[in-house]
Amino acid sequence: MSHVLAVLEQRDGALRKVSYEVVTGARRLADALGGRVDALILASGAVKGTEQVGRYGADKVITLTNPAFALYAPEGYARTIAERIKSGSYGAVVFAASATGKDLAPRVAAGLGRPLAQDVVDLAVENGAVTVIRPVYAGKALMKLKVAGTPALLSLRPNVFTPVERPKAGTQESGAAAGPAGRVVVKAIKAAEAGTLDVAEAPIIVSGGRGLKEPANFKVLEELAAAFAGRAAVGASRAVVDAGWRPHADQVGQTGKTVSPTLYVAVGISGAIQHLAGMRTSKVIVAINKDKDAPIFKVADYGIVGDLFEVVPKLTEEIKKLHG
Amino acid sequence: MKIAVCIKRVPDSETRVKIAADGKSLDEAGVKFILNPYDEFAVEEALRRKEKAGAGEVVVIALGPAAAQETIRTTLAMGADRGILLQTDRIPADGLEVAKALAAELKGAGFDLILFGKMAIDDYNHQVGPMVAELLDLPCVTTVAHLEIEGMKGIAEREIEGGVEVVEFPLPAVLTTDKGLNEPRYPALKGIMAAKKKPLHVKPAALGAGGGALEILALTPPPERKEGKIVGAGPAAVPELVRLLREEAKVL
Repeated sequence: MSHVLAVLEQRDGALRKVSYEVVTGARRLADALGGRVDALILASGAVKGTEQVGRYGADKVITLTNPAFALYAPEGYARTIAERIKSGSYGAVVFAASATGKDLAPRVAAGLGRPLAQDVVDLAVENGAVTVIRPVYAGKALMKLKVAGTPALLSLRPNVFTPVERPKAGTQESGAAAGPAGRVVVKAIKAAEAGTLDVAEAPIIVSGGRGLKEPANFKVLEELAAAFAGRAAVGASRAVVDAGWRPHADQVGQTGKTVSPTLYVAVGISGAIQHLAGMRTSKVIVAINKDKDAPIFKVADYGIVGDLFEVVPKLTEEIKKLHG
Repeated sequence: MKIAVCIKRVPDSETRVKIAADGKSLDEAGVKFILNPYDEFAVEEALRRKEKAGAGEVVVIALGPAAAQETIRTTLAMGADRGILLQTDRIPADGLEVAKALAAELKGAGFDLILFGKMAIDDYNHQVGPMVAELLDLPCVTTVAHLEIEGMKGIAEREIEGGVEVVEFPLPAVLTTDKGLNEPRYPALKGIMAAKKKPLHVKPAALGAGGGALEILALTPPPERKEGKIVGAGPAAVPELVRLLREEAKVL
């Protein structure tokens, strides 16, 4: 019997949305392997949202606490997870390919001497072995890999594994995680402005490029994003980040973030290959550009040719009507 | 300050990807190769740290084919002191195998800092730096976008979803660098000339025979997005766009 360990993420004592995606991915593997899903949460105390984890397919929900685990503790987390993996018969371990997960998973993998497939967008079990698909060459190709031996360690790209309800017992267990915090200590999180969503996790992204003409004009995109009532983030092309108009945290593309939102609205973005690399897996793409020959229209599901300074405010108005 | 920078030779980000006849690898014919863009930040940071310290050495290490010597020369032209190529014709898909070979080279060499780019833009593995740290039992901070070092203590900032983590760590340490950390310099002509005379040691990469536990089954083009439609021109097309997003795409 081969079980699956789902490593969930919390911040400020509440489970992060990506955690439910991790449980969903883990459930798919566990069904194929004929095993159980154990969801593991590291925290400094009780975590909100753990009672929901069973709904998405976790048989057990294990919360391990340590006073040092309020914020991410890279070495303490890695050691605790590695010990947990060694103590169970896990065929696979699933992380989120979030900022934390992408840092944590390689430490755990190297500690166990096991390979790691990061940023997985699809997974399966074929002839008893875990296979994964992950984008390479900036999304210009998909690589299918087979993991030999167990456990298979993988991290899932956020926003790809839509949480599916698969009610299981979700039996709650808790315990203490022993050991010191480690040499690397997260002292604080400087939070972005309250209410701003990160482009890597937002279900809707409104992105701007050189067509915005100057930094102050991003206001029209911020207004559009605000009309989506807390579900949208503002992204940016490399050109405008390199010009210093927008922070690098907002950059979508090969040297920025790779995103898969439900809706991606590209405004005044021509669609350079390195930008397309970062957003081509979006579920629905809308392009607004005055150049009807812009390459962005080749990947867009819907396009409007026109002056963004006329089109975007009208779109904001229409979206507000929907939410009004 | 003695600093190692681990770099990778990768296809240019503008490359059109053509899949080779084996269906598992990139057809490299006509592909231009460059220094991995994230590694440029690592090289630049190493040079700045050495310059600030007023003494030290920057050693650049690459694992890759013979042609990666050119990539190393680029970093020597930027100002690095010497290079080491761990030569192999086949870079394993399993990042842990790469990490083991690099760790064997780095072990016991007395580096105060070991720098990597946060990921390579070809395989997107996003793991070799922290794996090397784990194998060498060194502190590690990944995706560093701001860095301060005083003596043997460092403070790094890294972007996370919706914020920035402030992380303290002791040296020696392994760091992986993100865009925003610095502005990498271009090699000057003088540097390019000097680079030709700098030492570059080539030796076989100490890779395991099996190539690791990840086997590439296939490399395929991403699914084509179906042909989209131009809804219309100007603000008059917006109501129809919103209708399509609601009723056809069902995303609103």
